[in-house]
Amino acid sequence: MTERETPMKILISLKRVVDYNVKVRVKPDQSGVDLANVKMSMNPFCEIAVEEAVRLKERGIASEIVAVSVGPAAAQEQLRTALALGADRAILVETDEELGSLAVAKLLKAVVDKEQPQLVITGKQAIDSDNNQTGQMLAALTGYAQGTFASKVEQAGDKLKVTREIDGGLQTLELSLPAIVTTDLRLNEPRYASLPNIMKAKKKPLETVKPADLGVSVASTLKVLKVEAPAERQAGIKVGSVAELVEKLKSEAKVI
Amino acid sequence: MATLVIAEHDNAALAAATLNTVAAAQAIGGDIHVLVAGQQCAAVAEAAAKIAGVSKVLVADDAAYGHLLAENVAPLIAGLAQGYSHVLAPASTNGKNYLPRVAALLDVEQISEIVAVESPDTFKRPIYAGNAIATVQSSAPIKVISVRATAFDPVAGEGGSAAIEGVSGTGDAGTSSFVGEEIARSDRPELTSARVVISGGRGMQSGDNFKLLYALADKLGAAVGASRAAVDAGFAANDMQVGQTGKIVAPDLYVAVGISGAIQHLAGMKDSKVIVAINKDPEAPIFQVADYGLEADLLEALPELERGMG
Repeated sequence: MTERETPMKILISLKRVVDYNVKVRVKPDQSGVDLANVKMSMNPFCEIAVEEAVRLKERGIASEIVAVSVGPAAAQEQLRTALALGADRAILVETDEELGSLAVAKLLKAVVDKEQPQLVITGKQAIDSDNNQTGQMLAALTGYAQGTFASKVEQAGDKLKVTREIDGGLQTLELSLPAIVTTDLRLNEPRYASLPNIMKAKKKPLETVKPADLGVSVASTLKVLKVEAPAERQAGIKVGSVAELVEKLKSEAKVI
Repeated sequence: MATLVIAEHDNAALAAATLNTVAAAQAIGGDIHVLVAGQQCAAVAEAAAKIAGVSKVLVADDAAYGHLLAENVAPLIAGLAQGYSHVLAPASTNGKNYLPRVAALLDVEQISEIVAVESPDTFKRPIYAGNAIATVQSSAPIKVISVRATAFDPVAGEGGSAAIEGVSGTGDAGTSSFVGEEIARSDRPELTSARVVISGGRGMQSGDNFKLLYALADKLGAAVGASRAAVDAGFAANDMQVGQTGKIVAPDLYVAVGISGAIQHLAGMKDSKVIVAINKDPEAPIFQVADYGLEADLLEALPELERGMG
């Protein structure tokens, strides 16, 4: 395996979402979920994307890491976290609208056109909309190769070798650069930011742009009509013994 | 109105998830065509032609589609999509990989992992790990949709006699290539289509103790799954993980052994018809969703359960 002569520039995209430990509640008017006074964090898959970029830089494969987020002004908090973890600078595409994946991909495409990274790393899905689309859509719009649900990323000369988690096992692909990688859970275990690095991150550059500045229309073909709580499952009964369990499964539930 | 369903297969056999996806297409209404994109996949095309309710099978047999690389298959599907009102694929790792790329090429939003069809333009889908269900309406001229297979009862795989028609490919994009694959071979049924699933959690204490689950599974013809905690602890392989970030299952019987019941795990199994929980902690949240709960030491309960199934 040969090293690239020039280390590459990496773009990571991240999303501010409800913290994964929060059990969300649907609003009584069914307009969405209640996010008032709820803890917000960086999407867990995006944390893995940041970590992977930082590791590539530590190994001398990456030269610069640019973190991008599309979201409200408050998403600066998550961008600062990425800067504390090792990103060099950040760009916030500021919007208060809840955008669909296609709109986000178009905005990221505009940033990619400007920044010209060799590699873009995104989380495989955001834990709020659970769409699992943005990375693949960005790959379509840029024409880049995609290595989705990655559990291992290696450099192979002027290409990238990506191992993917697929149904039933693992698949390894070789991608031409530039490329898009989306992260799966086992790609790495993200580090925590140290206090000195959190302090240093405050001085790193964070630029804010608006969708209109990028000349991107964020119109969507999808409308949310309502959001409901799922049907609740009722707790059943406790059985006293294995024998009773077998009896219930045979005669009552009739599943064995 | 006509729907193009993208077949899930391994070039040799048609995967069951295709039948659930055709069921979702039937709920939408209109003509149903199936696309088999692959390499030397004639047997798959013949199987697809027998699916009840399918009127035409399109076959794109080309080396470029052998591993369903998104860079190659997305332009093919996007080109064919022009003749359809809907394009559906199972929300397998294949479908999740290529379908958003198709949607972006068509300049439409994808509707991910639908669990119900309300009308030809309105669908239900889980968000926030299944803690909320959104009803969404699409105004896209071509609706690109991934289907959660477990939410739709499969149509019959026999009885149809659709015409098979070859379509020409769009070639190799040249940006990605297949290097290799490690697929776990197992005689047990596949997790997402098994009638019975037995899963172990951190309470199993070791990978070795999973043998108790395999023994019980073999007696019941069941698939074996694991919680994320068990996978992270190294007790079970990654592809066995049931949960929001793993496989979504909805079998007739789900047996959770030594699994506490984190939200993450519940999101992957709470639509199972009957849930059994075996755990020694009476406060484990899994008991709140279980139809039958047994507080017991699982190392004792599992062999006894296996004997009881005899």
